[in-house]
Amino acid sequence: MNGLTSTDTASRASACPERLRSLLERGLPLTERPWLTLAEQCGMSEGEVLAWVERWQREGLIKRLGLVVRHHALGMRANAMVVWDLPDDSVAEVGRQLAAEPAVTLCYRRPRRLPVWPYNLFCMIHGARRERVLEALDAIVGRHGLQHIPHRVLFSLKAYKQCGGRYAREDQP
Amino acid sequence: MSAHRHRPEPVELDAADRRIVNRLQDGLPLVERPYVAVAAELALSEGELLYRLERLLEDGVLSRFGPMYHAERLGGGLTLAALEVPEADFERVTAAVNAFPEVAHNYRRDHRLNMWFVLATETPERIGETIAAIEAATGLAVFNMPKQEEFHVRLHLPV
Repeated sequence: MNGLTSTDTASRASACPERLRSLLERGLPLTERPWLTLAEQCGMSEGEVLAWVERWQREGLIKRLGLVVRHHALGMRANAMVVWDLPDDSVAEVGRQLAAEPAVTLCYRRPRRLPVWPYNLFCMIHGARRERVLEALDAIVGRHGLQHIPHRVLFSLKAYKQCGGRYAREDQP
Repeated sequence: MSAHRHRPEPVELDAADRRIVNRLQDGLPLVERPYVAVAAELALSEGELLYRLERLLEDGVLSRFGPMYHAERLGGGLTLAALEVPEADFERVTAAVNAFPEVAHNYRRDHRLNMWFVLATETPERIGETIAAIEAATGLAVFNMPKQEEFHVRLHLPV
């Protein structure tokens, strides 16, 4: 369709993955053969597109293929960033425990910013209402014996911007 | 158009929508006809799955469908940052911060650090430059808290 015969093979090999990646940033086409749709748009074969995406997944460039739910649109209005001040030698272990909790949607270690900010572990909990989120948090604290770990719940009061930036990403706090 | 974007009522999902969202939070198989494979699992036709996905995107239930990139490995920069904004200045600072295209997910939260946003830039170096520019534009110190380690969540939130 777009003159493949006259295309220089060498430049095709380097130019196409970039084009494919930028097309993919807009999302996966909702067509019966989405990889073929993309292939036609960037002058590759369907097999080549699949091979690139498989490679990018293997290399970790693409974390997963899937979807991002806008919890707020579903009435899950309470969005809590729960932050913990953990001893440096136990942050990884507690981080793994929190990440395994179904109510926790994201969990990261981040630097403290003393004296204003003593917390080094951040996780997100979404729920329909604040009470639900706090119940889930209580259960988590009890299950993992975190009663004595200083922590705070920062509910979102308002979302001022929910999109932007160039890259697709998870709903990061 | 913008009326439905600001619609306050939550979107109602029916049972099939919920199955779709829950199933696809786990990912889509990397095969030639991924929607056929998933539709079969969910006892839907391919056409119905595609139609419902289109509608979920239009209704704003899904903000994205497709590959989730690892920004840092793509060569980009990503961080979480916070500001301590004086109450009287909140609107002005919000406008100044949101004017940066690198700013995403800007939330007001109940803490002395009351504005939290994600910065996503094309290169890691641009994070520092953008923070300096935000400090210049707002007159406030930016608390930069980049991710040091990610703990992978095993389950996604069921809807």
